[in-house]
Amino acid sequence: MNHWFKSGKPYIWLTAGAVSVSLIAVLGLLALIAWRGLSYFWPAAIYELEVTAQDGSTQVIIGEIYDREEVSYERLQESGLAIAGDGDEMLERWLLKVGNRELVPLDFMWVLAPQVVRQDTPKDLAVLERAKDGNFYGYIVDVLENGQSVVTADHSIRDVLAERIERAVQLSEQAADLQQGDIGAINYQLNRLRLERRSLGLEEQLTPAEEQRIQAEETALQQQYQELEKVLFTYREEANRDSVVVRDMRGIDVEIPMYRVLDVAYPNDMGVFSKLGHFFGQVGKFVTEDPREANTEGGVFPAIFGTVFMVLLMSVIVTPFGVIAAVYLHEYAGKNTITRLIRIAVINLAGVPSIVYGVFGLGFFVYMVGGSLDQIFYPEALPSPTFGTPGVMWSAITLAILTLPVVIVSTEEGLSRIPSSLREGSLALGATKAETLWRIILPMASPAIMTGLILAVARAAGEVAPLMLVGVVKSAPMLPVDGNFPYFHLDRKFMHLGFHIYDVGFQSPNVEAARPLVYATSLLLVTVIVGLNLTAIGVRNHLREKYRSLES
Amino acid sequence: MAASQRAQLEASNVRLVKDKVARWGITFGGGLVLIALLLIFFYLLYVVAPIFRSVSIDPMHNFALAGSGQTVALGMEEQSEIGFRFDDTGELTFFALKERIGTSWQPGDVLLQQQVASQPTAFTATQPQNKRYAYALAEGAVQVVEPKFRSRFEHGVRYTTPYIDPAEHPVIAIDPQQRTLVKLAYEYQGNSQLFAAVTDDQRVIVNLLQASRSFLTGTTELKPKFTELPLQGSVDDLLVTPDLRQVIVRQGNRLSIFSVSRTGTVTEQQTLTVDRRQFGPITSMSLLAGASSIMIGHDNGRITQWFEVATENGRQYKYIRQFQAGQSAIESIVSEFYRRTFYTISATGEVGVFHTTSEADLYFEKVGQLHAEHLVIDPRANTVLIESNNQLHTFELHNEHPEVTWSGLWQEVWYEGYPEPQYVWQSTSGSDAFEPKFSLVPISFGTIKAAAYAMIFAVPIGLAAAVYTAYFMSPRARKVVKPTVEIMEALPTVILGFLAGLWLAPIIEQYLPGFVATLILVPTSIIVVAALTSVLPKEWRNRCTDGRAAVILVPIVVVVGWLSFELSPWVEQTFFGGNVREYITNELGITFDQRNSLVVGIAMGFAVIPTIFSIAEDAIFSVPKHLSQGSLALGATTWQTLTKVVLLTASPGIFSAVMMGLGRAVGETMIVLMATGNTPILDWNIFEGMRTLSANIAIEMPESEVGSSHYRILFLAAFVLFIFTFAFNTLAELVRQRLRDKYSSM
Repeated sequence: MNHWFKSGKPYIWLTAGAVSVSLIAVLGLLALIAWRGLSYFWPAAIYELEVTAQDGSTQVIIGEIYDREEVSYERLQESGLAIAGDGDEMLERWLLKVGNRELVPLDFMWVLAPQVVRQDTPKDLAVLERAKDGNFYGYIVDVLENGQSVVTADHSIRDVLAERIERAVQLSEQAADLQQGDIGAINYQLNRLRLERRSLGLEEQLTPAEEQRIQAEETALQQQYQELEKVLFTYREEANRDSVVVRDMRGIDVEIPMYRVLDVAYPNDMGVFSKLGHFFGQVGKFVTEDPREANTEGGVFPAIFGTVFMVLLMSVIVTPFGVIAAVYLHEYAGKNTITRLIRIAVINLAGVPSIVYGVFGLGFFVYMVGGSLDQIFYPEALPSPTFGTPGVMWSAITLAILTLPVVIVSTEEGLSRIPSSLREGSLALGATKAETLWRIILPMASPAIMTGLILAVARAAGEVAPLMLVGVVKSAPMLPVDGNFPYFHLDRKFMHLGFHIYDVGFQSPNVEAARPLVYATSLLLVTVIVGLNLTAIGVRNHLREKYRSLES
Repeated sequence: MAASQRAQLEASNVRLVKDKVARWGITFGGGLVLIALLLIFFYLLYVVAPIFRSVSIDPMHNFALAGSGQTVALGMEEQSEIGFRFDDTGELTFFALKERIGTSWQPGDVLLQQQVASQPTAFTATQPQNKRYAYALAEGAVQVVEPKFRSRFEHGVRYTTPYIDPAEHPVIAIDPQQRTLVKLAYEYQGNSQLFAAVTDDQRVIVNLLQASRSFLTGTTELKPKFTELPLQGSVDDLLVTPDLRQVIVRQGNRLSIFSVSRTGTVTEQQTLTVDRRQFGPITSMSLLAGASSIMIGHDNGRITQWFEVATENGRQYKYIRQFQAGQSAIESIVSEFYRRTFYTISATGEVGVFHTTSEADLYFEKVGQLHAEHLVIDPRANTVLIESNNQLHTFELHNEHPEVTWSGLWQEVWYEGYPEPQYVWQSTSGSDAFEPKFSLVPISFGTIKAAAYAMIFAVPIGLAAAVYTAYFMSPRARKVVKPTVEIMEALPTVILGFLAGLWLAPIIEQYLPGFVATLILVPTSIIVVAALTSVLPKEWRNRCTDGRAAVILVPIVVVVGWLSFELSPWVEQTFFGGNVREYITNELGITFDQRNSLVVGIAMGFAVIPTIFSIAEDAIFSVPKHLSQGSLALGATTWQTLTKVVLLTASPGIFSAVMMGLGRAVGETMIVLMATGNTPILDWNIFEGMRTLSANIAIEMPESEVGSSHYRILFLAAFVLFIFTFAFNTLAELVRQRLRDKYSSM
C-alpha cells in the first residue's frame, strides 16, 4: 500500500479529479442555467388541488407547482404549524404559484403534500397573462361587450375570447405607438424649442421676432398634441369595451377588463406541439417586448437593444486603438524600456478591476469631460446636465479602455503568426513599410482582429460593475436611438442585460416571482457570450491551421 | 520621359511621407496604451490628493470694528457676505464682509444697526447651527435675538438684506425671584426652550419652557418648569445641550452634569472632576458640533475631549483624547456648524484648528500675525472672521477634508458614543449631527477575506487540474478540456453572483452537512477508485490509464456528490438535532448568515479557477520536453518527474498564475455584491459575510456627493485596488517574462 502511494498514482488521480470537478462545474452551470431558463417559457401544467387543513376545513387551490422540497415534521412544528407526526420523519411540501395577485394576500403558497385530498389538471383551466398584477388562473366563464355577454352557441368561448384579446392588444399597441411615436416626437420638439429660447436668451439674441417664431411653433405643436390626445382617448375608450369573466379558485366570478389581458393559454389542454408553439411564442415575446411590472415580467427588448448598441459603439472605439497598439508593439517597437513599459501597461489594463474603470469613467469622463462639454456646448440646458451625467457614450468609452488589452493581445498573436517571409518579400519588391502593413499584413491579420473584437464584445456584454457607475439604469424610458433628429442620442442612459439580472434578482420587490425571468435573462446572456467565445475560438483555430500550412 | 520620372519621384516622395506619417501615427497609438494607464493612475491620484492637503488661511479684507462697546459675539450668514456683531451694550450691528456685484458695499459698511436689549447683564449664544443669541435683562428676564437674512433675485443676481423681527421673540421671565442674571445659557428645539442661568445671589437656575395650546382660547402659551440646582459656590461656565436634555455647570475643574427630562424635571447625572494635575486648570469649555462631546480648554494649551460612553452606571462622560495648541491658556473654543472641526484661540493670540475624529492637528499659528481676540466661522466653513485690536479681518479658509487622515483611515478611532476605539466604516446617515466613520480597515479586511476564501477553493482545484491537463491528459482530450474550462472565464460574473446568491446560498444553508461530506467523500472516493483500477484484471486496467482518469471520474464525482447531499438530512437529524443552522448558532455560538463567505468562496473560486488553470497549464505545458524525458529515461516515475523536475521548472509560472488569480479575486465586484450581505465586519467567520472595497464602491459611489470627503475616499478605495492589482499583475508578468527567456535558452 505504501509503495502504491509512493508511486504517485493516487495523486495523479486526485489531479484528474480536479479536472473532473472543473468540467462538472462548467457544464453543470451551463446546464442549470439552460434548464431553468428554458423552463420559464414552457407552459407548465396548472393544478387544481383540494387541500384539507389540520382543522378539517377544505380549500381549493389553483396554481402552478413552482418548487418541491422535503421538510422534517420537527421543523414544521417549530415554525408553528400544528401538525401531528414523528419529529424525524420527512414530508414533502409544494410551493404553488397561485397568481391573482390583487385578490389573495400572497401569490405564492406552501402546501403540504399529505394534506392534498384531490389533485386534478382540468382541461378548461386557463392562464390569463395580464399587463398588471401578473397571471390570473381560473375558468373562463363569459366574455362581455359593454356588460352584455357575446358568447353564443355557435362560437366556442375560447375563439371569442381569443378574438377579443387580439383586438384589445392591437388597440393598446396602437395607443402605445401613438404615445411613444408621435406624441413623443412632439414632446421632444417642445423641449427643443424651450432650449432654443434659453440658448438665445443666454446669447442675448432673443429678438421679438425670434420669440414670436418660437411661440408660433409651440402653439402649432400644442394643437397637434391635442388632436393626437383625442385619438389616444378614443383608443382607450374602445379598449374599455370588452371584459372577461373568470371563476377563480375561491369560486367567485371576477370580471377583468380586456385591455388588461395580453394573452390566454390552456396549458392542460395542450399537446406537445401546441406547447412547443406556445414555447417559441413566449421566447419571441421575451426578446421583443418591453418589460412590465418593474421589470419582473414581460420582455427584455430594451435591455437587449441597450447592450447591443453600447457594445457596437464600444467596438467602433476599441478596434482602431487596439489594432494600432498591437501593430506598434509587433511591427514597430524596438527592444527598449518604453516597449517593455507598454507591455506592462497592457497586462495591467487587463488586470485592473473593472470597478476601478467605472470609478475612473465616472470621475474623468462623466464629471470632468462631460461637465466641460456641457458648459461649452449645452449651456442652455444647465443646470440639468446633458453629457455631464452617466450615459451610453461614456459607458462605451469606459468599456473600450477595459477591453483594449483583449483586442491588443489577440491582434498581436495574429500578427506573430504571419510568416516574416511575407513581410520581407513585400519590402524586397519595393513597398514601404506602411504599404506592406496596409496591403499585406493587416488583411492577413484581419481574422485575428475579428477574434479580438469578438472576445472584447463578449467581455463587454457581460461586464456590469463599471456600467452601474457610468450609465446603466433600471429602466430607461427612451431608447438611445429613435426617430427624432439626430436619431442617435448618445447622452441617454440605457438598459443592459447584465444589470437587468442584478436589478431584477436583487432589487425587485417580488424576487420569488421574478426569479424565472432572471434565469431566462441569464440564459440569453450566457448564450450570447458563450456563442461569441466559441466563434472566436473557432476563428482562431482556423487561423492557426491556415498559417501552419503557410509556414511549412 | 523627364516628366514621368519626375512624377515617379514625386510619387515616391508622397509614399515616403505616407510611410513616415504611418510610423508616427502608429507609434503614437501604441503610446496611447501607456498614456491610458497613466491617466487612470494620475486621475485617481488627482481626486484623492486633496484629502491629505493641510489647512490654509489666506487674508481677504480688514476693516475697522463697527458699533460700540466690547464684542460678545460675532457671526456670518450662509454666503459669508454679511457679518454681524453683538456687543455688551445690547446693540446688534450688521456689516458687509465683501464687495458685491449690484451693490455699493465696501467691506465694513454698516448695513443695519439696532439696539436689541437695554442694559444687558449677561449674554449667550446657542450652538452655531441654531443661530440664536440671548441677552439677560434686568429682573431675571431674557431677550432672545435671531439675526435673519432675506434673499431676493433680480435678473439672476441675488441680493441679501439683514433684518431682525423683534415681535417673534418677546421678553421671557426666567427667574421667578427676579434677580439679576450674571451668566446665561440657552437652547431651543421646536417650540421648547431651555434656559440655565446664574443669578447675582449665586443660585443656579434651570427653566424649561414648553409651548402648549390652550383649550379655551386656542392660543399657544409657554409653560415654564423652573428648577434650582443644588450647587454652591461661584460658577465659571454654563452649557445647555441643543436636545434640551442636559445642563452642564463648571465650577473650577468640577463639572456637574444634570439631565433634564421631557417634562422639565432636573436630576443630577454625573459629577466629573477633571484632574488638575493631569490635565491642568480649565480655562474654557464648549460643545462640539452634534453636541455629543464637551471640549475643554486648559491653561497649558491642552484641549481635552469628553463624551458619553455606556458604563455600568449608565452613560457617563469620559476622557477620550487630547490636543495640544501651544503652551498658553486656551481662551476660547469655537466649533464648526456640522463637522467635528473646532478652532481655538490661545491667550497669546494664536489660532488652532483641530478635528476630533481624525485626531488631526490641522493648524496652529498667529493668523496674519494677528493677536486674535474673537473668531467665528461661517456655516460653510469657508471664511474666518477674526477680531483683533478693534479691527475685523476676514480670511479665506481652505479646510475641505479635515475628517480624513492616514491614521484615521487605518487605525482604531474612538467614535462618539462608542464604548471603545474601533474600526468602523459607516459613511452616511440621516442626520446632520452624524459623525462619519471612514475606516478602510473593515472593507480592506473584507476584500482580503473574500479573496482568501476564494483562493482556498480555487488554488488546489485550479493547479491540480492544470497539472493533470498539461502533463497526463491525452492531447485530444486536452484540446477539448482546455477551452471548456476557459469558457468559464468568459461567464459574466453577474450570473455567477446571481446563482451564488439565489441558488447556491439556500442550498448550502439547507445541505451544509452534505456539502462538508462532499469535501471529504469526493477525494476519498477518487483514491478508492484509483486503488480499484490498479487491482483490476489486466485488460480492464489497460483501459483505465492515468490519461483517461478525468473522464472515468466524472460520473463518480457526480454520484458521490449526489449521495453526500442525499445523506445530508440524515446527518443533520442524527448529529445536529435536525437543524445545523440552529446548532451552529446556539451550540457553537457562531453567527450564521445565509449569504456567507463560504458561498462567496465557492462562487468566486469558480471565477478564479479558469485564470489560474489557464496560466499554470501554459507554464507546465511549455516546460521543455527534453527535461521530463531525460528524467524518465534516468528511471524516475512519472510522478517523481512531475514533482521534482516539471513543477520545479514551472514554479515561477505557477506563482504568476496564483498572483493573477489573486488579482482577479481582489477586484471582483458583482459576485461579492450579490452573494454576501455586504456588512463591513472584522471577523474571519466563514459563516458570515463581508464588504469588500469593490462592492463598497459599487454600492456607495452613485450616492456620494461629488467632491465630498466620502467621494474622495471611495476614489482612494479604487486607488488602493488599482495599486493592489498593479503590484500583483506586474510581479506576475515580470516572473513570466523571465521564465519565457529561461525556456527559450534551454
